[in-house]
Order: sequence, then structure tokens, then C-alpha cells
Amino acid sequence: MTSATGIGARVLRTEDKRFLTGTGRYVDDLPLARATYAYFLRSPHAHAKIKSIDISAAEKSPGVVNIFTGKDLVDAKVGGLICGWVVKDKHGEPHKAPPHPVMAVDTVRYVGDTVAMVVANSYDEARDAAEAIKVDYEVLPANIDLAKAFDKGAPQVHPEAPGNLIYDWEIGVKADVEAAFAKAAHVTKMDIVNNRLIPNAMEPRAAAAEYDKGTGNYTLWSTSQNPHVLRLILSAFVLGIPEHKLRVIAPDVGGGFGSKIFCYADETMVCWAASRVGRPIKWTAERSESFQTDCHGRDHVTHAELALDKEGKFLALKVETIANMGAYLSTFSTAVPTYLYATLLAGQYTTPLIYANVKAAVTHTAPVDAYRGAGRPEATFVIETIVSKAAAELKMDPAELRRKNFIPSTAFPYQTPVALQYDSGNYPPIIDEAMKIADYPGFEARRAEAKARGKLRGIGFSSYIEACGLAPSQVIGQLGGGVGQWESAQIKFNPTGNVQVITGSHSHGQGHETTFAQLVHDRLGVPMDQIEVVHGDTSTTPFGMGTYGSRSLAVGGSAIMKATDKIIAKGKKIAAHLMEADVADVVFENGTFKVAGTDKNVPLAQAVFAAYVPHNYPLAEIEPGMDENAFYDPANFVYPAGTQICEVEIDPDTGIVEVIAHTAVDDFGNIINPMIVEGQVHGGIVQGVGQALFEGAVYDKQTGQLLSGSFMDYTMPRADNFPSFKLGYKVTPCPHNPLGVKGCGEAGAIAAPAAVMNAVHNALAPIGVKHVEMPATPLNVWQSIQGAQRAAAE
Amino acid sequence: MYDFAYHRPKSVADAIALLKGNEEARPMSGGMTLIPTLKQRLARPSDVVDLGGLKELAGVKVEGDTLVIGGMTKHGDVATSADVKKVIPALADLAGHIGDPQVRNRGTMGGSVANNDPAADYPAAVVALNATVITNTGKHTADAFFKGLFETALGDGEIITAISFPKAEKAAYMKFPNPASRYAMVGVFVAKTASGVRVAVTGAGPSVFRVKAMEEALSKNFSSDAIKDIKVPADGLNSDIHGSAEYRAHLVGVMARRAVDKASK
Repeated sequence: MTSATGIGARVLRTEDKRFLTGTGRYVDDLPLARATYAYFLRSPHAHAKIKSIDISAAEKSPGVVNIFTGKDLVDAKVGGLICGWVVKDKHGEPHKAPPHPVMAVDTVRYVGDTVAMVVANSYDEARDAAEAIKVDYEVLPANIDLAKAFDKGAPQVHPEAPGNLIYDWEIGVKADVEAAFAKAAHVTKMDIVNNRLIPNAMEPRAAAAEYDKGTGNYTLWSTSQNPHVLRLILSAFVLGIPEHKLRVIAPDVGGGFGSKIFCYADETMVCWAASRVGRPIKWTAERSESFQTDCHGRDHVTHAELALDKEGKFLALKVETIANMGAYLSTFSTAVPTYLYATLLAGQYTTPLIYANVKAAVTHTAPVDAYRGAGRPEATFVIETIVSKAAAELKMDPAELRRKNFIPSTAFPYQTPVALQYDSGNYPPIIDEAMKIADYPGFEARRAEAKARGKLRGIGFSSYIEACGLAPSQVIGQLGGGVGQWESAQIKFNPTGNVQVITGSHSHGQGHETTFAQLVHDRLGVPMDQIEVVHGDTSTTPFGMGTYGSRSLAVGGSAIMKATDKIIAKGKKIAAHLMEADVADVVFENGTFKVAGTDKNVPLAQAVFAAYVPHNYPLAEIEPGMDENAFYDPANFVYPAGTQICEVEIDPDTGIVEVIAHTAVDDFGNIINPMIVEGQVHGGIVQGVGQALFEGAVYDKQTGQLLSGSFMDYTMPRADNFPSFKLGYKVTPCPHNPLGVKGCGEAGAIAAPAAVMNAVHNALAPIGVKHVEMPATPLNVWQSIQGAQRAAAE
Repeated sequence: MYDFAYHRPKSVADAIALLKGNEEARPMSGGMTLIPTLKQRLARPSDVVDLGGLKELAGVKVEGDTLVIGGMTKHGDVATSADVKKVIPALADLAGHIGDPQVRNRGTMGGSVANNDPAADYPAAVVALNATVITNTGKHTADAFFKGLFETALGDGEIITAISFPKAEKAAYMKFPNPASRYAMVGVFVAKTASGVRVAVTGAGPSVFRVKAMEEALSKNFSSDAIKDIKVPADGLNSDIHGSAEYRAHLVGVMARRAVDKASK
């Protein structure tokens, strides 16, 4: 660490000043002259034929400017929304790709499917007019229950996906795994549900668009996590607006958790309609629209079996999963339960043989796509739940069983049987540290004390592995991914020595403006207040891939480091010229170029000034200016890992589960800003505990109505549900990126559900409860206890 | 929300004049239910009559052994009132756990009782304490006031001006909050007053109800042991994704015992 604000320092977030004082600028804040407002009429049915849409009365409603329906898009030859990742099934065939019209044409397929867009002078007028639209629906039976999605007679979602099957995919050699099971001393089996979640970013999705008739340019403001990718999709696949004629801006964005990666119908419509309306259009989702139409997360039904030898060594793992895609394939939906899920099933263990079969189903529910962790939480939940179940069956300590099977630190790089090669890691010290922080040896005394108070206390482990910062691009391409996975950076000095750091990643709460400034400050010695981090505008930033999958620091930060290398290299040449020294003798230390062994020096700011005012400058050798671009395509994923230990108390009278203590020890590689990392871990744990204890998207199994469609019925985790978390770190630097960093954004959410549910099962085991599904709500826990009591009585 | 005419009368008489005979008019006290309903376009009143200007309806008075609380008294003011804390501390405790600070600083006792939401807290207190609901036209006993789901004895042009609560010898309220909304999924108010022991349940059914078997047992022996074997039937209780009728019936027992223990301390 070079200073109090360099790498490793707990620098307060510079962006928080505007967020905390209400001076951030979000899409909805845009003052657009002559703006119109859009309201989307949504399907009230899960599955219905549209027999007719009558807009005649609505068109006469006060303030209406335009009304568009799916037919208008067909007439205008607008393409459908796309799925950008082609997954090949076990026969090598690409997944079924049913069309995804931007607005429904003749069929609606989930409650919330887009039926019409009303544009009016005010939002209320648009909504009034929408109520005057008469849609004649023929309601059809809906396919809602995931476990029965493939049943004969289940209502069909798309003719292009017979039997509602999108793909039947596998990894691993089934016969080898079966042979290992045949020789196993013990087999643990389980059936589990990974509950469906609704993301609920604080800022709902929003879009605004403006069309410049003079130039033919469109500007789309969107709550996007990846504005360049959104522009690429809209240009190349959906709207056909040439990329150079479409500017996408994602200004301040209030959280995404994955749900704002994707290209949605509403923002597409707002952009498309802007030129037809001839005035700017604004739209911001209401919270109930967010519940219905944001891509949901998770939603797996899984059967898993773990084979062990008599010493407790894992011999093989077999996993069969049905993954819900919802009604249409969202942008990256197909990759989540395959390449981001099954490839993680080795976890932290040496399990030599793994077979996974994933069947993706379409149902009459909102589309499902990546949500904080995306596939990796589902994998960790399977592994860490079955490992703890095996330990309980074998009457082994859950930590001991994990230790016995950890990949040894000497085995890295480690090739798993499910495609990934882990670059680095050292797992035993992590679990040791976590057990120390959690006072594991004192647990039984705490359990006894709780029992005396009538409470059931339990403890649970979760040792997760994460593959984040998807890479390299060539491998992603071989796996069917439709985009590159590099990141860009630009370091643009101004003549007076201050600097813009321009990144292709996007911050929507992660604190990039601080972390990235720390990197540049640490590397170049420019004071923090002289650095501005710029992101989110396709016209002012180089093409970038955006932010998801805990990639921004490992990939985007590495690109920034590469750009600083170029700045330093150029600065050395300028300084050598100014100092009349050989460039080979120039060193760069603490923001100053020096000639070793002399007192000659040129501060970076002086070299920058010389570059912009090149009166005394080696123009024959180098160009003026100090503005460098870099693109970084990583050699591999990065592999953060850690162990969480959760301790709960359950009130058997009410079924309420209280989290008493939660410990997380992580290896994120080198850490740039420990305060920001803690914030990410805290938030991740809260979302993970939210999944385990509180959150669950519930559709009525007959009608497909979203029963958990508001905060009145969808339980968000809240501050008073949590104790203070206990965190710790172990560091094995990533060997293949210049910062030695891994990724921390998703870890908490990946590890926590299994830790919590293992604690819940541990607490309830003494009274005979075998299994509780997530979320372990009071009702769910109470019913499980009742079931165990009934079983005991029989 | 849809358009409506907004009125802010300065007297009860003016308010009643606006409400009486106009089925499409709605009175609004704190607006904690009506405003969200309007915003979601779930109600379309022609007129909203804001009672916020009726200052004479707000405030707490002690009249002998009775608390008289004005209909427009905010939950936060009930929770922090020295008089309420002294005469019926359980009522102050209940008020202090309604919604969140924003709701407690807008929502009113009269508004909550008049709305008779099945998950509201106050109806349990009104019934268990055998309170009297005072309106511009007369008085209602607690038992006669709450008629069913969102239904009360209030007639056309009738608003709650005050509620009078007799002093309680023992009283406590225990709430099992809905995990999502934190409204009462089951709330049990247990009280021992001059008129006897009452156990009133909110949240569990379509409207507040009494558990007579528990009242009888507690009249003989005011202890949680006295009611530990009394089961409340699940028939007719509310059922949703957070709680089946059976679970709610079970929780009535748990919350009642805890309320008795709390009242006994």
C-alpha cells in the first residue's frame, strides 16, 4: 500500500455523497423537453389466446399520443428478443429457441406479458387509456408447476419446444459415475428445491428514449448493467438501428443483482417508438410491474446422490436438475443452469467423477435468468446440503468430512471432472479460521443453553467455490456464448494533470468509482480527488461488457492496470527526453519519473503537460497526448472460495428461525478496499439468508397468478432479521491477473443458503425433522415439525 | 390514482355534511390504507373528505378510570402518551408496534378501527378491553361494532369521534407478524377489566373474534397453564401463503399464552 487511499485502504465511497444526499441522477430524473410517458398493458392471464385487441376507445382518451400493439411490430418487421447463449443438448443439437416477440401477437404466456404500449402526455393519461383498451382473451390452461412441466398432458408453452423441453443437457460420463456408485460404501440421496426469487433492486427498471430527426440518432437511457451489450442486441438482432446511430446511457442505477443485464421488451419498445412518436418517451416500472416482469432467479428441482467410500472420501456425485426458464428464453437464461451451474459441482472437493443432467423447461411464468450468483448458488446449495446430509448420516463432524475431501493446496492448478481448472486456492485454513471465529467447539454448550430456554439451536457449514469473471473469450465462444468476455479501460489525462478513468464495466451500487480510483491513485500517484471514474455511456466509453458475475475488478480492474502500464511506458519516454536520460534508466516511483542514482526527476503531471503542450517533446518518436486504451481478456475464470458458518435458533412453538450468528471467511485474492468488500459480503449474505428463510416467488399452480406480487406478500430480508456478521479473510492471490484479485460480489449469496439450511436441519434433527425446503418460513418449519411429530406417533 | 374532489372540513358537522347521503364519498383520517388503495386504482371515490383538520378529535383524556382517545389520535401519540402508559400500558405497547414510524405518525386509531382490516391491531384491543366506540351519532359496544371483513356498525354519515377504554387490571397484546407485510397474522389481546376477562384475536379470521373458552378458563385462573389445552378450531380462519388456517389456529394458542404471561408480569 502506497498511501492512506491506495490499494488495501478503507477509503469511504466517493459516490455515496450524491447517493446519500439525493443528488444522484437516475433514468427517471431525466428532464426531457416535450416528453411523453409510456404505460404498458400487461396480460392478466398466464396463458391465453388474444382473439382481438380494440384500441378505438383508448385512442380517443385524453392526452393519448400513440398506441402500439404486437401487430405494429410485426408490420414494422421488428425482430424478437434474443437468447444470446446457445447450449447444445446431449445429442449436440442446439437448444429449442421459441420466438420471443417484443409484444405478444396472438398469445400471452405469463401474467405480465406485454400486450400494448400506450404513449400519452402524462403517465396517468396513458394509464387511463390503457384501461380503455378492450382485449378479448380466450383463457387456456397454464403450465405452472415445474416438477410437472414435462408431464404428458401438461399445457404446451411453445409449439417450437415440444413437451416444454428447451434442452436435455449433460456433463460427465454417466456410466463411470454409475460404476463408482456400485462400489460405494455409502450413498446419500436427496431431493431439493431451489426456490424461485424475485430480484427487487431498489430502483425499478426504467427507460427513456429520444430520436433526433435531424441526424437520425437514437438515445436510449436505460437501467442497464451493460449498456454496450444492450446496444449490440438492439442493433444487431432486434431493432436494426445501426450501432453508430444508437447511443445507450445507463446513468446512476440503483441495484441490479443480474436482473438489469438483459434486454427487455419495455426498453426496446420505448426506443423503437421514440422515432414514431417524434417526442421523447419516458417509462419507469411500478413495483408491481417489477415483480411481474423482471427476470426471476433460481427455480430448480433437483435430485442428487453422493457416493462415499467407508472412510468418507467422495467417490462420485450424480445430479439431475429441472431448471425453469419461464415463458421465454431471456438473454443468458440457457447458460445459467448449465455452464454456470453444473461446472461448479466439484465445489472445493476432489470428487473424481461427476455426472449432471439438466433439463430446461418452459412454463407460463415470467422469464428466469441470472440473479446474484447465477447457477453457482444453486450448485453450492446442492453440494453443501448433500455433504452435510452425508455427514449426519455417517455421524461424522461436517467440518471433518469437508476437510477429508478438500482439494489439497498442493494440487493447484486443479482440473475438476466438470471442465473447470481452478487456478489457486487453499481451503483448510479458511474453514479453520471460520470455526475459530464462530467458536465451533463451544456450540454444544450453546445448544444446551438454548434447549433450556425451549429453543432449538443448530449450526451449519457451507464451503463454496465460485467461478467468476467469465473467461477467456475463446472458451466462452466454444461453449456457445455469443459475446466476448474481456473488458476495456481508458485512462485519459487532461493537460492540468487530472484524469478520467473510463471503464467498460458499470457500477450500479458496487463502488467502482472508489475502487477503480484507488487502483489508479496507487499505481500513478494521482490524488484521489483528481480522478474521475466514467462509465455507462456508449458514446463516451470504449466498448465494454458491463458488470455481472463478479467480474468488474478481476477483468475491468485488470484492464485499468494494463492502461496504466501504457501511461507509465509513455511517460518514461517523455521523462527521459526531459531529463536527457536513456529511457532504460528511468524508473517510476510514487508518481514521479526518476533516473536511478541521480536526483533528476519529472513528476507525472509534468510529463502529462509536456504531452499536451509538446514544445519540448520527442515528437519524432511518440505522439502527443496522454490517453491510453487497454482491453483485457483473462486467461481463466477467477475462483474465490470460502466457508460460512451459520448458527440459528428455532422457536418450535411458532416455527420462527432466528439467525443468531453468521460467520464468513473468504479468499477473494488481494483486496483493494476492505470496506467495500465487507459491504458486498454483507449484502450477499443478506440475500442468501433471504433465499433460505424469507423469499419465494409463488405462482398459483392453476391460474398462474403471482401470489407474491408485492412487498405485502414477498418477504424481503430486513436489517432486524440479522445479527452483526463476523468476517475473516485468507488470501491466495489470483496467479493470472495483474492485481491478483478474484471477485466478491456474489460470494455471500452463493454460500449462505446452504449454511442456513444446514443449521436449520441441524437444529431440527433432534426432534426428527428430516427435510425442510427453502424458504424455511415459520409456516414451513412448523408444518415440518408437525409432520415429524405425526410420523413419530404412527 | 383517479381524479376525485378533495375536501378538508374544519368541523365534524361540515365533514358529516359532505359524507352523508353520498355513497361515493370516502372519509380519510391518516390515509395509511386509503392513499395506497387510491394509488393502485383499487378505489374510485368521487370525494375524499380529509378529517385531518378536525383537531378536536385528536388527543387522549383520562376521565376517572377511563381513557378517552380521540378518533384522530395518531398511533405514535397513543404509544408515547403518559396517560395511556399509566392507565393501559398494553394499549401503548400495541400502538408502538403498528407498522413503522412513518405509519405511526400518520395513521389514526379511528381510521384503523373504522376500516376494520382483518389484520389490524386495534380491533383486538377494542374488543378485549370492552371499549366503547363513540361516534357523531351515538355509541357502539365493542362486540356490536365489528361486523365482519372490513365491515362495521358505522352508518351513513357516521364517523368515529372517540373510543373510550376502561382501565385494565391486567392486559397484554402479543402479535405474530406476517413475515412479509408485518401486519398481524395472529394478534391476541388479553385483558382483565371490571367487566371480566376477555381474549380477542385479530389477523386470524375475517374479523376480530373472542375466544370464550379461554376467557372462562382465565376468569377462574389467570395463568397460561389454564389455557394450554384449549384448541381454537381452524374452521373459518384465514389461509394464505404465509399461514394455513391450522397454523393460525395453533398460533392463537401460542400468542394467547404469551399474552397471559406478559400480562401477569
